[in-house]
Amino acid sequence: MGELAADKHVKYIISVEKKKDSFESVVMEHLRLNGAYWGLTTLDILGKLDAVDEEDVISWILKCQDESGGFAGNIGHDPHVLYTLSAVQVLALFDKVDILDADKVSNYIVGLQNEDGSFSGDIWGEVDTRFSYIAICCLSILQRLDKINVDKAVEYIVSCKNLDGGFGCTPGGESHAGQIFCCVGALAIAGALHHVDKDLLGWWLCERQVKSGGLNGRPEKLPDVCYSWWVLSSLIMIDRVHWINKDKLVKFILDCQDMENGGISDRPDDAVDVFHTYFGVAGLSLLEYPGLKPIDPAYALPVDVVNRIFFSKK
Amino acid sequence: MHGRPRKPLKPEDAAASAAKAEKLRVLQSQFLHNHHNHIYSKEAVELSTKLLETNPELYTAWNYRKLAVQHKLTENDSDPDSLKSILDEELRVVESALRQNFKSYGAWHHRKWILSKGHSSIDNELRLLDKFQKADSRNFHAWNYRRFVAASMNRSEEDELKYTEDMICNNFSNYSAWHNRSLLLSNLLKRKVEGFVSKEKVLPDEYEFVHQAIFTDPDDQSGWFYHLWLLDQTVRVDSPQLVSSWPTPGSDLILLGDRCLDGCASSPFTRFHLDSRTFPLVLYFNQAVEGVNSSTITVDSELNTNKDLVWKPLSSCNSKAAQVWVTQLNLPDGNTHSSKVFPVEVSLGHSQGIISSSGFHYSNPFCFAFRVSLQFVETQPVEALGKEIISWRDESFHNYNAHSQDSSPISSLYQLSIKNDNELTDFEWRAATIAKEIDHFRELLSLINCKIGKLTLARLLMAHDAMMCPPANKISHSEEVLELYNDLMRLDPTHVQYYKDQHSLVLLQQVTSNWESLLSRCFHYSNSPSNRGSPMCLQLKNLSLSRLGSFDKLLWVQMLDLSHNELRSIEGLEALQLLSCLNLSNNILGSFTALEPIRQLKSLRALNISYNEIGAHSIDTTKYLCSSPLSHSVGSEWNHGQTVIDDDIKSYWEAYFILKGLNLTQFDIVGNAIVNEKFKSFLIKVLPGLKWLDGEQLH
Repeated sequence: MGELAADKHVKYIISVEKKKDSFESVVMEHLRLNGAYWGLTTLDILGKLDAVDEEDVISWILKCQDESGGFAGNIGHDPHVLYTLSAVQVLALFDKVDILDADKVSNYIVGLQNEDGSFSGDIWGEVDTRFSYIAICCLSILQRLDKINVDKAVEYIVSCKNLDGGFGCTPGGESHAGQIFCCVGALAIAGALHHVDKDLLGWWLCERQVKSGGLNGRPEKLPDVCYSWWVLSSLIMIDRVHWINKDKLVKFILDCQDMENGGISDRPDDAVDVFHTYFGVAGLSLLEYPGLKPIDPAYALPVDVVNRIFFSKK
Repeated sequence: MHGRPRKPLKPEDAAASAAKAEKLRVLQSQFLHNHHNHIYSKEAVELSTKLLETNPELYTAWNYRKLAVQHKLTENDSDPDSLKSILDEELRVVESALRQNFKSYGAWHHRKWILSKGHSSIDNELRLLDKFQKADSRNFHAWNYRRFVAASMNRSEEDELKYTEDMICNNFSNYSAWHNRSLLLSNLLKRKVEGFVSKEKVLPDEYEFVHQAIFTDPDDQSGWFYHLWLLDQTVRVDSPQLVSSWPTPGSDLILLGDRCLDGCASSPFTRFHLDSRTFPLVLYFNQAVEGVNSSTITVDSELNTNKDLVWKPLSSCNSKAAQVWVTQLNLPDGNTHSSKVFPVEVSLGHSQGIISSSGFHYSNPFCFAFRVSLQFVETQPVEALGKEIISWRDESFHNYNAHSQDSSPISSLYQLSIKNDNELTDFEWRAATIAKEIDHFRELLSLINCKIGKLTLARLLMAHDAMMCPPANKISHSEEVLELYNDLMRLDPTHVQYYKDQHSLVLLQQVTSNWESLLSRCFHYSNSPSNRGSPMCLQLKNLSLSRLGSFDKLLWVQMLDLSHNELRSIEGLEALQLLSCLNLSNNILGSFTALEPIRQLKSLRALNISYNEIGAHSIDTTKYLCSSPLSHSVGSEWNHGQTVIDDDIKSYWEAYFILKGLNLTQFDIVGNAIVNEKFKSFLIKVLPGLKWLDGEQLH
């Protein structure tokens, strides 16, 4: 089996952070805060969070905050929950969540809960279970989960449960590994995993592993490294991860590395990016690959970061 | 981000890319300026069009366009034509953006936002959707949007059902279409729409339909889950049923207090050692239910006042629903020479209130009774549990010899098989359907040795056996099913652990299916063979079990040996409320959180988890399934009543949480990576009543 080229990946991430002038970078400028989360969490898992300038990062993040309390993907863009979660997660990595006005940020999210318990992504009203996960995860890190109607939020997520045991974006939406992660993660944090049929969903999830050892996101689709996170963390949260072959998945992820220039791609020999580099490394952490910090499957943050939040209460 | 080949960037490409980047940066910067200054002129809006047509992920631009539309609408609200043309332009931009990336959330949402204004032609939308389906029939954005459009048009579910049929006939490998079909059919059946009133009429055609998909290409998963859903629709009984109880109906229980009993002629299955003033009454349902309380269950006896009884669900994370419920009945008052018999009558279903998570009521009035008496004899000190160290070695156990008078207590375990009235009327059709499916899949397997064939046949045979309960019918397919799972482990090694778990479940069903099999695994525990007043141990060791089940048949167990198996989970074990001695040594339990079920075993005194893998894993797979401080529904308890969260508790929070409420007298934990001197002294603090740790007596 190949090896994880950890140093190369660290160099790759730092280079992406610095290389703001490529076309790819400009095109993705609007989600740079997500990119910061992917890159920095990967560095932390690899034990190299100190390779970046913490103050630089934090001051830039704060500039992304809007007067509504929410965060935008980059300076000058509109706020959205997607980037609000990333902001809070990155601050958690640096143990600096307390520099935020937690009430201000949580009020932004609380204001986006709808009557049926669902969450909108922003004031324009798109509803998706991704946003339910974001709200619950973010508020939990801020220790403000009681400000929303958790029971209603859970009720809405359960209404998105499908007959195959999986979850979709909205009621009736087809089961998809990404949505399943969001719903299972939200239920896990809310202490409501008893709503999941673990055997039924577990079987659907384990059947995402194809012959190459990689995981796809739904039946009859191609495998992709990012599903090493969405499917794997879901399986771990419901204690069915032993239903896949972990060794084959490790091999698939390692095969997706660019051994020369660093970074991980969606499939072997494709172009790398920070998104897939994060999911590959996070997936390897969940698979207990040696030398990596363990990551929490629900919060998608290193376990020591999560413990620091919950066991160091005043 | 997906599907682009890896190519090294040539210098000329890098320069071109940088030039492109600079141009784009200028445009984006101009756009943000317009947005912040609320500039909605024609040029400004066209700039956003240009940006979105190349980069539909620029979400702020979609927000800007909505503001521009709102701005234009306030200016033009009297003119319906210009209103329509404004909205049509938006739809054109969305379509153009979708061509660039037909998975763009922002584009689809913008379209929905425009349509919601109510001024655009909705018929167009179906045509657009047809185009998108042809390009990619699995695009879930399109399917979601289709649901929105169909609802807006009030299109009938039957029409949409026909659409899924067309899509599937066009290409069987369309999971999205099968998913939608199951959803629509499920709604039609639930609402009992004309033509969909009885499953019996509807399902046979569906089975034939899905067979075409599965039998054409057995490796294509698209039909598998639909078939599994049909199977579930065929066998499922919606309303909750009571499956078993302890004490069992008709049983005569003798409850032993602390003091001894010798020369007792009754059987170890009716003799129970208890060291508290109460004994449990356990109800085991076929699915999780809520609403079990003293109003919905009546317990009539001299031992307790019914309305004072508190029923607890055996669930984790404070869930109000559970498959197993328990209440505590008082032991008869201790008069040493009294052997007065106390009858107890339990009835349920007489008033509404017990309800499943899917909203179905328990509606089958049922009543059962048992008798209890208490015995104390003060002659000799007993091998009461907790007074002496338990040894799990083979020498301590002696085969149980069945006497004829014992046959009734065990066979009464299988009396409890209440047939729901509804089930009876449908029974013929359900049984016939399963039988036909079994034939179909046997035929498939005779032609192609395929995974889905074997797996489905195994599930069908188990469903068949479950329907033919009670097992007065001697025909059981367990052996064949076990063989099928063995085959599957070879045929599909990637999923070997899935098949192992299923194999374990079937094996346990087989072992607990009749009393001869159970008795052959029952052993007297005794350090002195002459003492016949000792507890009975059920030995299920060395069976390669990776998973536990059949708890409804094991509620009577007080001493259980599950050592030398491959268990990583003991999910469901909380049902065994009488457990006082449990041996889980030599398994593969990976964390303390995996032991969550034992938190509910209040009678547990001796626990052996030696030679497992606790402390050997960096990732905890049961962390969110247990009632932990990280769980929102329980977490606040962590803060209340804790005087000090010291460093030990922080380092060993999982162990602390699982063990702190238990009254263990004996604990074996050697052979786990977490064990060292520091941990052992922590254990002694958390378990103040502990007398023996890893075989050593404590002081």
